[in-house]
Order: sequence, then C-alpha cells, then structure tokens
Amino acid sequence: MKIKVTKEKCTGCKLCQQICTITHYNEINPKKAAIGIEAQFPEPGYFLPKVCVQCGKCEEACPVDAIHHEGDAYVIHKDECTNCGICVEACPFGVIFTHADLPTPIICDFCMKCTEVCNTGAIVVED
Amino acid sequence: MDGFGGTTLRIDLATGNIRKTATDPALAREWMGARGFVSKILYDEVPRDADPLGPDNRFIVAPGVLTGSFSPVGSKIGFGCISPATNGHADSSMGGHLGPELKYAGYDLIVFKNIAPEPQYLYIDDDTVELRPAGHYWGMGSLDLEKRMKDDLGKDFQIATIGPSGENGIVFSCITHDFGRQAGRCGVGAVMGSKKIKAIAVRGSKGLKARDLPSLTKLTYDIIQRTKTHPNMAPWQKYGTAYFVGWSNERGCFPTRNFQQTYFEDWKGIDGEKLVEECLISDKACFGCWINCGKYSKAKVPGKPDKYVEGPEYETIALIGGSCAFKSIHEVAYANNLLDNVGMDTMSGGSTVAFAMECYQRGIITKDDLEGHELRWGNIDDFEHVIDMIVHRRGIGDALAHGTKGAAEKIGKGTIHFASQAKGMEFSGYDTRWYPAQLLSYCTCDIGAHHSKSWAITADIELGRDTIEGKAAVVIYLQHLRPLFDTWSCCRLFWGEIDVSPEEHVDAINYLTGWDATLEECFKMSEKIWNQNRCHYIERNGGPGRKFDIAPGRHLTEPVPDGPAEGKLVGSENFEKMLDDYYANRGWDVEGNPTREILELLGIGYAADNLEKVGFLGKPIEGGVPAVRGRKLKPMAM
Repeated sequence: MKIKVTKEKCTGCKLCQQICTITHYNEINPKKAAIGIEAQFPEPGYFLPKVCVQCGKCEEACPVDAIHHEGDAYVIHKDECTNCGICVEACPFGVIFTHADLPTPIICDFCMKCTEVCNTGAIVVED
Repeated sequence: MDGFGGTTLRIDLATGNIRKTATDPALAREWMGARGFVSKILYDEVPRDADPLGPDNRFIVAPGVLTGSFSPVGSKIGFGCISPATNGHADSSMGGHLGPELKYAGYDLIVFKNIAPEPQYLYIDDDTVELRPAGHYWGMGSLDLEKRMKDDLGKDFQIATIGPSGENGIVFSCITHDFGRQAGRCGVGAVMGSKKIKAIAVRGSKGLKARDLPSLTKLTYDIIQRTKTHPNMAPWQKYGTAYFVGWSNERGCFPTRNFQQTYFEDWKGIDGEKLVEECLISDKACFGCWINCGKYSKAKVPGKPDKYVEGPEYETIALIGGSCAFKSIHEVAYANNLLDNVGMDTMSGGSTVAFAMECYQRGIITKDDLEGHELRWGNIDDFEHVIDMIVHRRGIGDALAHGTKGAAEKIGKGTIHFASQAKGMEFSGYDTRWYPAQLLSYCTCDIGAHHSKSWAITADIELGRDTIEGKAAVVIYLQHLRPLFDTWSCCRLFWGEIDVSPEEHVDAINYLTGWDATLEECFKMSEKIWNQNRCHYIERNGGPGRKFDIAPGRHLTEPVPDGPAEGKLVGSENFEKMLDDYYANRGWDVEGNPTREILELLGIGYAADNLEKVGFLGKPIEGGVPAVRGRKLKPMAM
C-alpha cells in the first residue's frame, strides 16, 4: 500500500499530522509527525504534502543496518539506530523527520490513519 | 496542566524584563482562555483613565483551552487590549496556526505592558524567549514582513505582524498571520504598534498532553466522519464565506454604497461563484479544520501588479465590495491585499472608505481634501489613494484614521448620521433595517458592532423580520453562546454550519483537561464576561450604559430605498422598546446599568462595588433578576 498525494487538494490543516502523533506517540504534536506539509506561500500559493514513497534510499544509506522493509513499510530499529541522521540526509523526498525528544528519526509506517481524517482527498490510500 | 502549555509570560517593554510563571490553574479553570483571560486581566489591571495607545494599556496574546488540540476546532488565538476605537474591552481572534504553535512552545498567555524604547519583535523558540530589535522591519507591510521573517528565521516559525497602519495608530489596524488570517477588529494592531511590537515569531515543538486522549480522539474522529457528508460541507468547502454574498443580497441586508442601499445590483460580479471561477488558487485551512473555508486567490486588475491574497471573505466583499461599490471580484481582492499589507481591518477599513466616498458624493469632502484626487464609488485608484492618505495620516486621512465615528466628529456637517458604527466600531457586513435583532446585537455588543458576538440575521428571519417580539432574549442567548467559542478559542463554524453541538465542545474540553465543566456553567461564565465587560465600559466612559447603546441615524430613520427590503425600517421607537426588553432580560436596570443582584449572582460582586463608586450601579429591579436570561434558538449561523 502507498499513499497517493494530490497536492492541489491539500489545505494545510495538519489533521493528518495530529492523528499521526496521537496514534504513534500518544500526544498531539505535529512536530513528531511522519508526514510533512510544505507551505508554499505567498507564492505560488499551494501546500505540498510530503509522504514516504518507499524508495528504499534510507535502507541503502543506513551505516548500521538499522532500517529494513518489513510488512508495508520501512522500519527503523531502535536498538540498532544511532540517530546519526544519515538517512534523513539521504532521503530524496525529505520525508524522514527528527525531533529532539525522540531517540530515532521518524518514518511513516503506513498505518493510514492520516488518510481517514483528510477531508479533501489530498492523501488517499493507493493499493 | 493537561491541555495547556503551562507557562504565562509577563513582559515589561519599558525594561525588557520577561517573567515566566506557571499558568494559574484557577485562572484557567474559571476563565478558560482567550476572551475570558483578556476580560479578567483588563478589568483587574488597566487603570480606568489609561490611554488605549499609552503605556498603561495591556496588550494580551491568549490562546484558549481548545487551542492546538484535536477538537472541533482549536485553531484560534485571541488578542486583547483596551480598544482605541471603542475605549472599552477588546478581544479579537484569528485562526491559522499561531495559537497552536504558541501552546506547543509551552505558553498560554502573554501580557505586555508599557512601551518599548525602540521597535522590537518577540521571538519564541520553545524555552527561548527574547525581545529582539525590529528597526529593520519597521515600516514594512504585514505580508511582506511575514515572508521576510520566514526567510530570516525559518519557514517553520509561525509569525504575526503589523503593518504601517498599526505603527501609525490607525484605530482599525489589525494583526496579520499566515498570509491572510487577521485578528481584524477593535484596533488590536494599533495597540500592538503603540507598544512598538512589530511582530511575534513562534516555534514550538513540545506538543500538547490530554488527560484522556483516547476519548478526545474518538470524539473528534467520529465528528469528522459524521460531518464529512453534512449538506453544508460542500458549499462551505467550495466557496467559503463568499457563498453568502448572493444570500445576503436576496435578503436585502447587503451593505451597498455605505449602507445607503441593501442590495448591490452588481453582486454577481463579486460573489463566491466569481471568486472561485476567476481568482481561486487553492483552498486554505486553519489548523485542524476540515471545512477549509479559506480561499487563496490571485487578483488581476488591469494596469496593476497581480496580487496574492487569502480571500476575499464575505465581510470584505460586503464592506469593500458592496459598500464601496466595486463591480469586479479582482478589484475587491486587490483592495483586500492592499489593506492586509498595510495592516488594516478590511471591515472597518472598507467601511471608513465607503463613509468617505459618501462624503465625497455629497460634496462634504472634495478634491481639495484629497490631494487633487477624486473618491468615486467603485474606483480602485481613488480607493488606493485614500488608503495611502489614511495610513500616513495626511490631510483628511488623519480624520479617517479614527474610523467613521471619529471622522464624523472631526468632519461634522451631520456626517455622523451615516457613520454605520456602534461605540466607535463599524458594523459588520449586514444592514439592519429589516433585521431588528441584528440592530440590537450591534448596538449592545461589548466590543462594538461585530457579528462574532451575535449574528442574528437568521434569527430575525425565523422569528419574523417585521417584528421585535422576543428578539432581545434571543440576542442575549447568542451573546452568551457565540463568545464562548472566542473563549474556548475554537472556530464557531462547526457549531453554526455543520451541527457540532456546544455539548460536544464541552466534552472535548473535559477530555482534554480532566475538568468537569458543563455547558450550563460555560454559559454562566460567558454571561459573567459579558457583564464584566459592560461594567468595565461604564467605569471607563461614565454612564449610564444606555447612552452608549446607540444606533446610527441612518439605521433608525431612513427606510431602505430599494431592493428586497424596500421600505423597511426598524425605527427609533421599536429600537428603544427592544433596549428596554434587553435590559430587563439581562437583569440590568432601565438605564442599562447592571444591578448588584446580577453581578453577585455571576460571582463578580467586585464589579458592583466599582460601579457603585462611579455612581452607575443599576437600581434594583422590581421582582428581581429573571431566573432565565436569554432564549435558546439554533438558527443557522455564520
């Protein structure tokens, strides 16, 4: 499964980021979300949702072999990860995130909760 | 403290001292945030003779209990001060993302006092709080500065700015954020400018803890799923508030040529349909909102540079478009951008220009007053020129910088008759001559004539537009319910347009905070705030209260000349009867002064003591204060 993005439909509401962090961290904090929203204002006047496309570059880049594709998503293993940030740099789409409170980078696990609250169709499940 | 950031900032701009204290849980529980915090702090701290633009006024930034939470929909932040337009309590809110960001940085309340020696901006990055020099930003437009500061600080900062209008003390200056969201009313931007605060930049990464997150999440998640198919969802998503332009015209309440008429013959050129067809770039939502009423647009006016703007919203279309008689949505959008960037409220700004246009129409203002320019209905060049005169306070612009009431007092010649304002703040975008409850709403409103506190147009339609019976009680109900959303700091559209109940909002608050609040208790709090603000107004301005609840002459004496409301007029006699009814229903005396009985019932006996000292405590009412104050009605509400 993947997430299909239609950037013209994104309104920048951050509901996706809220439900993401509620689901994964038991708190409301868009700064820990595994989905990004780039606000392109004042020009050209769009939001650009940024989601993992599962290209695998993070797995290739990880120097300690902490990232593997498992099930529906790439997973960062906490025990191995040194939080070196190389995967964040290597991600060509800017969809691996960091937060000072977390021991590892943040990557989407494709739980799809975000697609359930999006009311515009900007992010939808793509089989 | 669950649901809150936990910290209050007190900033003395004279010394630069920034004091952090834990947010008082008792204050939070009793007043719940935003408008409630503002009311309490202003009442307790501002000397009654303080100049609104002087050092003793407070400038307050206050998100509320729901701000930043997963709820319907905690997008808002309140700004408060004594208003330079009304000389009374002012609270003005904006959506966007600033409020949530501030709470995520850990802050529930910021109170500024005194005046900075040099222009500054407030910088907040989680625990780092600094006043930084802003001399290099001073003079910049609001929108231009937001872009500049995002370049300077980082795009993940949320930023609120004022423009030159706020710097120069124009009484209807606003605060702008997110390239098009404004705390527009009451002149909060002028007070921010008087403090020499050019901007507030915030980045917060701490998030928000809820007491019962699973229940809060389920509540809001279920509301989202339920309301996705609400019949009002599609038009709101597509057109936003501009959807109501045709609606208002067809019902004869659309301000046209400074409220001379109530139907604009060219409304189809400036309505939601035209906006979406010709200007729309993208839909833009506030934080956590699934209605996304914001329309981000591009204005293309021949001979002028293209301009980007969020909007125009209904109120802007009404008070710039209809009231200044612009026939093209592009011109309205262009004017919208112009006022956003200079930092003026498009409502009072549009109305003030419309007032000046009528003065020009009647020969009261001439080319000699306008540096050789004209001021014709629907002329964008004339509009742009007079705005420049106002912003820089040149000539007649200096009079207009005081808003329509202040300008009418300076210009004289009977112009106060057509200044559509109450207590010094301009009417929202609805004519009242066929809408008695709306007229009463404007004239009794604690912040001046603004629909956010009571929009009663559909109540008038439901109860009958040709009668005043029962209107006062409904207005009181609306004046208690609608300001609750400004206190909880959430968007009222979810209640008004897609039937999310007030009870569901209270449930969200309790899941978030662990409180045991009830809707009944919240109504009582809202009534307490309303009464406290009333007392504050009388204490500042003298009494009796009734002498300030005045309707503009045009709205009492001139029947609507044409359109769907042709011949309609509420009239002075009916207006005075509604006031009598309103005061009696509130537990105030016939002079509009709150009584000791109602103030003590609401838990603010101290306000009764203060009113007594200034000689305007209401006389006891025969039979006592009514047990039920206000009548519940759920009309559609914008």
